[in-house]
Amino acid sequence: MQKNILISAILLGLFAVLGTGLVAFTYDKTAPRIAENERELLLHRLHELVPAEAHDNVLDSDTINVNVASLGSKQPLTVYRARKQGKPVAAIMTVVASEGYSGDIRLLVAIRADGELAGVRVIKHNETPGLGDAIEETRSSWILGFAGKSLQNLSEKEWHVKRDGGSFDQFSGATITPRAVVKAVHNALLYFTAHRDELFRQTQEAKHE
Amino acid sequence: MSNYRQIAYEGLWKNNSSLVQILGLCPLLAVSNTMVNALGLGLATMLTLVTTNLAISLIRHLVRPEIRIPVFVLIIASVVTTIELAMNAWFHELYNLLGIFIPLIVTNCIIMGRAEAFASKHPVSEAVADGFFMGLGSTIVLLLLGTLREAIGFGTLMQHAELLFGDMGRAMTVTLVDNYKGYLLAILPPGAFIGLGLLIAVKNIIDKRLAEKPARVMVAGPSKAVS
Repeated sequence: MQKNILISAILLGLFAVLGTGLVAFTYDKTAPRIAENERELLLHRLHELVPAEAHDNVLDSDTINVNVASLGSKQPLTVYRARKQGKPVAAIMTVVASEGYSGDIRLLVAIRADGELAGVRVIKHNETPGLGDAIEETRSSWILGFAGKSLQNLSEKEWHVKRDGGSFDQFSGATITPRAVVKAVHNALLYFTAHRDELFRQTQEAKHE
Repeated sequence: MSNYRQIAYEGLWKNNSSLVQILGLCPLLAVSNTMVNALGLGLATMLTLVTTNLAISLIRHLVRPEIRIPVFVLIIASVVTTIELAMNAWFHELYNLLGIFIPLIVTNCIIMGRAEAFASKHPVSEAVADGFFMGLGSTIVLLLLGTLREAIGFGTLMQHAELLFGDMGRAMTVTLVDNYKGYLLAILPPGAFIGLGLLIAVKNIIDKRLAEKPARVMVAGPSKAVS
């Protein structure tokens, strides 16, 4: 009887080792490729906002982490910095719009060195398909409307959706989602304007406030 | 040979995992909003089923009854994780789209069900055939539901096909209606339930017709009381 239990236990242990071995082997073989995929996807997204020929540094290694409540997250957010011959070209900020209809909306907000928006893209969201998901570039062109906007060419009051008296369209059936996105982009611009020099400073140190 | 025909019939029609056993509804309902999503998840499930059935049939004489369930769980979990990693490496965008539903294949009851009910009691070749046809049956239903929902919800067929077929997939997208506003109900979860209900109803109607046929020859009259 005891012998039987022992054999069962050894068998079970053997299968555990085999299973883990298979997973470890596959992980080892696929990990570099997966990392490469993720980096490519990130660079592809960043280059949609700041074209590759506009800068000469490596975007995903010239970063700074910012930890500010007004950007919507308690976690440090990454800012990618584009430079040409050492001069700042643009900053691409990861921003969270926390007042969406369903959970956080993660955005990439690209701001040129002169404070004008180069563009905004949605990285991740859980908004209602068919309504709030019109913030995606593939669903509608709404998100492209941010390019060229800045704190100079739009007043404080205009940085709202039309229903709130601003200058940005809302979608029929969905006001909350665009409202949250407009607010997050506005906050990012405000932060950028106030901390422009710090954002472009040539250090790798993380910044905390 | 007739054995395999029976296995195919069971998997595709008589014992179809989605339409008859109603197993694995969570991914079925969640990922069937477009044809490409449905096909991606269907193929991943099929691959998992074939691999786990094969592995479990191979070791069926080795495993003692009292530890068979944990051993099955170990095998299924390892296989699914391996497939997940492989998809992440070679179909990265599709993997991002299907997200949580790839690792969730592990909890799909069809896989454990076939391991316990079939693979652990049959020789390797039959177990593989069972995994293939059960997976195919589930994939076909997923694809039907995906087609239905995408056509009604987005007015297209095979949108984002490039995620699965590479660049040549771009040409595979068919727009059924130009400037289609979209029909939200079909894309949201209720549309999945209604669609699946309709598919089950259609299957039942066909089954009933098939059962009536020989009866009608014998009675030779308009007696439709055979219900």
